[in-house]
Amino acid sequence: MYDYAPSKEDWLARGLPTEGEKADASRAWKLARDDVVTCSLTDTVGDVRERILASPYGFGFVVAENGCILGRMRKSALDCDPSLTAERVMEPGPSTVRADLSPEELRERLDKKGFRYAVVSTPDGVLMGVVPRSVL
Amino acid sequence: MSAKVDIDGLRALLDRGDAQLVEVLPAEEYDEEHLPGAINLPLKQLDADTAAVLDRERPVIVYCWDYI
Repeated sequence: MYDYAPSKEDWLARGLPTEGEKADASRAWKLARDDVVTCSLTDTVGDVRERILASPYGFGFVVAENGCILGRMRKSALDCDPSLTAERVMEPGPSTVRADLSPEELRERLDKKGFRYAVVSTPDGVLMGVVPRSVL
Repeated sequence: MSAKVDIDGLRALLDRGDAQLVEVLPAEEYDEEHLPGAINLPLKQLDADTAAVLDRERPVIVYCWDYI
């Protein structure tokens, strides 16, 4: 006998498939776009500047090897010495949302904080993508 | 006594192909959404009769809503 102790809440928060009446409901992970720029701690501003400037979001994420989000690099922080590492210019630990949030819950969260994007991650902090407020 | 498993442990058990996944939440919650392939044995109704649907020779994995 085994007990999947993290349980259904954990499974849903990872954006994993389900069965049942609500299985096809719209969720954060289904709306998330995975085209945001990512880089490692040791990448330099010079390495990522052009990609972030060209992206539709105006920011990129610094991630660990396992995809865990470590920080965010905003476009505004890129006007600096290009040899600086991502670790030096990033804002650590951006807030994220659970993958199973409904569009209504996402909209409420973003509007409450005045954010334009929701960053979706797994319970372990692995980046799943971003949801623009404009699609909600 | 049961052995606790995390998501990796769950996946490994499911990959075996013979695990029986059981949601112990009420039927309404199970009907709304459940893990693929899970059957429903609500905790309040769990007894020798209701558990008889399980194959004792195969691993059983239970789950509820969250950590207790």
